[in-house]
Amino acid sequence: MSYQGGTPGWLITRHTEAKELLTHKSFSARQEGIISPVPTELAYDGPADPGAFAKTDDPVHSKYRKLVTGFFTVRRTRQLAPMIERIVHEQLDDLEKAGPGADLVEVFAESVPSRVMCEMIGVPESERKSLQRHVETLGRLSSTVPEALAAVSGMSGFLTRFVPSRMDDPRDDILGDLIRGGQLTEQELMGMTATLITGAFDTTGNMLAMGVYALLEHPDQLAKLQEDPELMGAAVEELLRFLTISHLGASRWALEDVEFAGQTIKKGEVVTVALPAVNRDPERYENPDQLDIGRTDHGHLGLGHGVHQCLGQHLARTILRVGYEALFDRFPTLRLAVPSDEIQMREDFVHYGPSALPVTWDD
Amino acid sequence: MRITADREVCCAAGQCALIAPDLFDQSDEDGSVVLLDAQPDTGRLDVLREVVSRCPTGAIRLQEEPGA
Ligand code: SF4
Repeated sequence: MSYQGGTPGWLITRHTEAKELLTHKSFSARQEGIISPVPTELAYDGPADPGAFAKTDDPVHSKYRKLVTGFFTVRRTRQLAPMIERIVHEQLDDLEKAGPGADLVEVFAESVPSRVMCEMIGVPESERKSLQRHVETLGRLSSTVPEALAAVSGMSGFLTRFVPSRMDDPRDDILGDLIRGGQLTEQELMGMTATLITGAFDTTGNMLAMGVYALLEHPDQLAKLQEDPELMGAAVEELLRFLTISHLGASRWALEDVEFAGQTIKKGEVVTVALPAVNRDPERYENPDQLDIGRTDHGHLGLGHGVHQCLGQHLARTILRVGYEALFDRFPTLRLAVPSDEIQMREDFVHYGPSALPVTWDD
Repeated sequence: MRITADREVCCAAGQCALIAPDLFDQSDEDGSVVLLDAQPDTGRLDVLREVVSRCPTGAIRLQEEPGA
């Protein structure tokens, strides 16, 4: 297929080949070679900023990633449950106060993960909303270049105020730990902080909102979950598979001419893994288009695969589990306040989700 | 049955610790895999196969031959 600007590119829709591509040594995740499979004015053709490890290859990637992975292990992220519960309940208090008709995206889905990440890095609450807007602008494919530049400068304005101030006064949080580790320059610390913020804000927020929307649209599944809370872990995995909010997939480019899946991929050509298609590959999943929280096969690629597999995945899992549980517990009669087909979707974003989700409930 | 886990290859994605927390943990320092039991019960074969298929880097290997 033809990518932006007429560059030839490839799309993977099968599970087996997706896993193969994402672990293939001849394909790079470096920002300078990636071309978006859909048109956007926001093209980045230079190397990633120092510390922005998601868009680099090993060994650069693993050097940075290893410095923070200790904070995101299965065990450590589960230990964060009490903090996450507190934030979830505070946001649910706000939802209650706002009353029926309130927008679940704004009051709940968008606020919970951004507050959690801000606490983990030590970002003051007063900065959160504006950071949220910058991340949003950068994730919107229809943003214009001036809009994106304004967001970039807003972000870097914050980082140049925030990071040096913490270098003088490191706290007991991820950034403090990185500073005390003494291995990173100021520039690298800024790149790492930006990566953690952009990685955490939008992704989990869209999953929270989309998951609620999906459950409300599948009342049989929601009822099953409310009857047996033990199903929550499996439900979260199934929602990650079924919804696959990274709907534009993961892209890599060929570092050399490669024979792959019976095709010759030329050096520089881009291959995109269509994650939503892969996660509904009929060769891999039975009834792939069905949301079934009782499914026991959890090998989905909703969080990627290979060395770039989502760093924050277990944190996201904990937020989703705690979030859905508390929401349906406190608002057992929760339902959409408008007909389902009036819900607007963010189709022009890197991550898919509803732009607003007006909800109501019985008092 | 024998498991090996290569900490150099591991990207600390934690699939192993998620699926089989009694067999795998992750280090607090860099999140890389910590093998808790290298020779588990053969009854865990299915779980281990799932770990191997979901480990995103191929860091975990399983030798299934009897007596190993
Ligand atoms: S699943 Fe693989 S990459 Fe992830 S922590 Fe375990 S060994 Fe490491």
